[in-house]
Amino acid sequence: MGALGKFWESSVGKKIVMGVTGVILVGFVIGHMAGNLQFFAGADRYNAYARLLKHDIIELTWIVRGTLIVSVILHVTAAYQLTMRNRAARPADYALREPQVSTYASRTMRWGGVYLLVFLLYHIGHFTTGWFHPAFSETGTWGNVAIAFKSVPVALFYLGAMALLALHLYHGIWACARTLGFARPSANPLQRRIALVLAIVVSVGFSLLPLSVVLGFVR
Amino acid sequence: MTVKLDSKIPGGPLAEKWDAHRFEMKLVNPANKRKYHVIVVGSGLAGAAAAASMSELGYNVSCFAYQDSPRRAHSIAAQGGINAAKNYRNDGDSIRRLFYDTIKGGDFRAREANVYRLAQISVDIIDQCVAQGVPFAREYGGLLANRSFGGAQVSRTFYARGQTGQQLLLGAYQALEKEIAHGSVTMYSRHEMLDLVTIDGVARGIITRDMVSGKIEAHVADAVVLGTGGYGNVFYLSTNAKGCNVTATWRAHKKGAAFANPCYTQIHPTCIPQSGDHQSKLTLMSESLRNDGRVWVPKRREDCGKHPSEIAEDDRDYYLERKYPSFGNLSPRDIASRAAKEACDDGRGVGPGGRGVYLDFADAIKRLGKAAIEERYGNLFEMYERITAEDPYTVPMRIYPASHYSMGGLWVDYNLMSNVQGLHVIGEANFSDHGANRLGASALMQGLGDGYYVIPNTIGHYLASNKLGKVTADHPEFRAAIEQVEGRQRRLLGIKGKRTPDSFHKELGKIMWEKCGMARNAKGLNEALQEIPALREEFWQNVTVPGSGEELNQSLEKAGRVADFLEFGELLVTDALHREESCGGHFREEHQTEDGEAKRNDEQFAYVAAWEYAGEGKSPILNKEPLVFENVHLATRSYK
Amino acid sequence: MSAGLNLTLHVWRQAGPNAAGRMVDYKATDISPEMSFLEMLDVVNERLIESGGDPIAFDHDCREGICGMCGVMINGAAHGPMKLTTACQLHMRTFKDGDEITIEPWRAAGFPVVRDLVVDRSALDRIIQAGGYISAPTGSAQDANALPIPKQDADEAMDAAACIGCGACVAACPNSSASLFTSAKITHLGKLPQGQPERYRRALSMVAQMDLEGFGGCTLFGECQEACPKGISIDSITQMNRDYLWASLTKREEKKVAGAG
Repeated sequence: MGALGKFWESSVGKKIVMGVTGVILVGFVIGHMAGNLQFFAGADRYNAYARLLKHDIIELTWIVRGTLIVSVILHVTAAYQLTMRNRAARPADYALREPQVSTYASRTMRWGGVYLLVFLLYHIGHFTTGWFHPAFSETGTWGNVAIAFKSVPVALFYLGAMALLALHLYHGIWACARTLGFARPSANPLQRRIALVLAIVVSVGFSLLPLSVVLGFVR
Repeated sequence: MTVKLDSKIPGGPLAEKWDAHRFEMKLVNPANKRKYHVIVVGSGLAGAAAAASMSELGYNVSCFAYQDSPRRAHSIAAQGGINAAKNYRNDGDSIRRLFYDTIKGGDFRAREANVYRLAQISVDIIDQCVAQGVPFAREYGGLLANRSFGGAQVSRTFYARGQTGQQLLLGAYQALEKEIAHGSVTMYSRHEMLDLVTIDGVARGIITRDMVSGKIEAHVADAVVLGTGGYGNVFYLSTNAKGCNVTATWRAHKKGAAFANPCYTQIHPTCIPQSGDHQSKLTLMSESLRNDGRVWVPKRREDCGKHPSEIAEDDRDYYLERKYPSFGNLSPRDIASRAAKEACDDGRGVGPGGRGVYLDFADAIKRLGKAAIEERYGNLFEMYERITAEDPYTVPMRIYPASHYSMGGLWVDYNLMSNVQGLHVIGEANFSDHGANRLGASALMQGLGDGYYVIPNTIGHYLASNKLGKVTADHPEFRAAIEQVEGRQRRLLGIKGKRTPDSFHKELGKIMWEKCGMARNAKGLNEALQEIPALREEFWQNVTVPGSGEELNQSLEKAGRVADFLEFGELLVTDALHREESCGGHFREEHQTEDGEAKRNDEQFAYVAAWEYAGEGKSPILNKEPLVFENVHLATRSYK
Repeated sequence: MSAGLNLTLHVWRQAGPNAAGRMVDYKATDISPEMSFLEMLDVVNERLIESGGDPIAFDHDCREGICGMCGVMINGAAHGPMKLTTACQLHMRTFKDGDEITIEPWRAAGFPVVRDLVVDRSALDRIIQAGGYISAPTGSAQDANALPIPKQDADEAMDAAACIGCGACVAACPNSSASLFTSAKITHLGKLPQGQPERYRRALSMVAQMDLEGFGGCTLFGECQEACPKGISIDSITQMNRDYLWASLTKREEKKVAGAG
């Protein structure tokens, strides 16, 4: 087996792959969230932003999309394989095991991740290709959003995803710094302030869109 | 027939003996070393160091441990430190001073040549351990820190927090694991040695029990090295690990190896007192605590029940400072222990059962601040609080002496070989270096010295000087030994009496502690010599061992060990009765000065008592190796 | 003692490695609060033997929290409810009269049960064999003070070296990961100048062995750090990951040269 294969086969190597792809995905969600906030600058500005991404710099967009697709595939594959490995590592479970310090966020990484993956696929079909959108318009992106989130179930589905994204980031960003080895030694290693701030900023930033529509602030 | 005790001390000046001896010893050709198979029993400091070092030299080594991993041997529990004559402090230390301190500390009952060699190699031990990655304490300049320890007047003790034994053992363990990975050491964890096999008087292997499957197995070798530790658990309550036992050395003794000075047992002064009958072991608090703690008991018996804070300064008896003004609270272990016993015998002990004295840090905290004390002893204070639920920063600690170390052990010559050819004994299991009392921080030094530097050299000499014929496990001696071991096991399982092995151990411990503990007298010893055989008799009629031999059976393991302690205890008492003097850890009440100090009898007892097994039901035979002192003057040990 | 505790124990009993196991209930009556947890088990066992029963097998040795031999799951926590405390140092005053206590062996594919509460932790030894050492054969050392080591480095090495190899980290980890154990050794040796020559080789081979033994991966739950009786920090795991990553990036092929010398 080559060096790369050994790296991928090792539990630490796979976690590092998850960490690196995690960094890419975190970078993306921050950018995506920042871009989304232009929704509140009005339809023209927002549609122009969409046009920029979808037409003017479409080659660049595809490079980013390609990177993201590969990142998601690697992230999910590694997560799946590690989960299987971890399950096999305790064939007989305890009658009683009380979690002492692990956070809710850390314990929801797996099924939260599955939810986010489903959400991701739906979201692409919803706003990028328009398959699941009731009145999709190639050029009217602002309208696409404003119409979609009038549906309470859709808005709730999105808000749920953002809550889980917050949890995922809260644990993931902190764990990523430790997995990639750039966290500094700390007297209280379980503390995760940066991760907390980023998780709140990103999820709240995203949630503003569905919230503002479903609550009727934006019409 | 009495055994021949030839100590094989090399000639020449003391300082050159080891060097000259290494030159004179025969060497094994490097290409031939792998053809020799050496068994090492025990994986503590001595055993692990020996197994790793011999393997590095090229020998084919098998190492045995009763624990699940070699890393758990009880050397790991040593807290305080390891001595070495580095003189890094420029405070007047030297090899000669370490040698002299050790000889004097041992009350002039050790061999000069062995002790001098130990002081010489102490220097190399520190180098070796640092190279292995032992994280000794350091100063800000990056150099090694030292402290003075256990009554030494120079700072020669190297330490790694309060876990020096752990770190040194992990160093040796890692070296051992390296050699296991290399394939030249085969490790047998969860294997207990149950007999030594000799062929024509030469040690050629051992019989073990696989503690998981119960399989009794024969292991053949060209030489056997025992590093199986001490017998402190003969007192039941001791600071030793629960599993520590005398079985390996006792079975070797029954196969001809002389047992030397069994009555030299060390009682450590600073242990946490017993809290009740359920107590399974006693926990040692590092002696370094005595650097800053002051030992006292109430002056009046009626004050013993009071809270210590209610006892006025004038009503406290700082008895160590009073009796030994120049050493005070840092008096050697045997002296501090006995003084505590006297205070308690006088009815002035504190805590449950009145068996405890205070170790008070109030003055030190006032002088240095709580932070300084916390930095020095924080982990020990935590440990104390965990066990007693008392906070030693505000309430004085209670301490009491407990059995801790055994200076006695199998007799060995300068090459660490017993009187049985091919049987070598290292570390606490032998008798060699500490005389009648061991100084603090010297056990680690001796264990590693024997393991890293002495035995790897002397084993080659033994192997190169003797033509050893080929032997297999089919040899009648091996078969007979296996049968004997199996028979004994069957017998233990078949008694099906009413009492548990542990209850016998507890009862033996009580006899030993009360009649052959810190202070001994002829009357008590003679009583013990009646009581022990009676208890042994009862054991073989009334013990109950559940389960079978073909499984993990902790009761069976325990029963076998207790059976050996019941035989060994009698020898210990016999030795204590015969030694009509007080020296080091052996204090005979009949032999004391007017003010209650130990009185040695150099005229008659400046010898090693090496007992020879004479057979079932027969009195052991006493052999004497005279101790000759050419380089030190036999002084009375005084710490006043 | 009049203030004895009366407890109900639910204990895992398993006759051998391949036997089926089950939880069995025992009454532990009149237990002194001054007893250690293992002394309580001693008392239960003595009574079991006396009444012709089969005593509960459990590993233990030093009973002062340093050998690492003991360790059981007590009410769902490795070594029980008290922080920085091994089972042998846990005292019964932690419990109340009438308490029910569930006692189970460490559970992990890498720690097969031998009997009752006894498990086989030899996997940890094999991880050390894979590189948890500095190759310094006896006799090869220079003077101990020849190489100064900054106090902080030595202290941090000692923090990690305090590991007692009890396996509580594996037991407490929801993934049964041995990352804390493995990383503690990598950190101990990696902090010291003597450990540098083998540092990256060590990280690669110890991690490979850890995986081979069937332990899970690290998800940074943090349970190991909490369970560790010696307070070893998950900072060690960060160090291991860093060394592993660097080792993977910089690994060179070893050239095999025959006949040298």
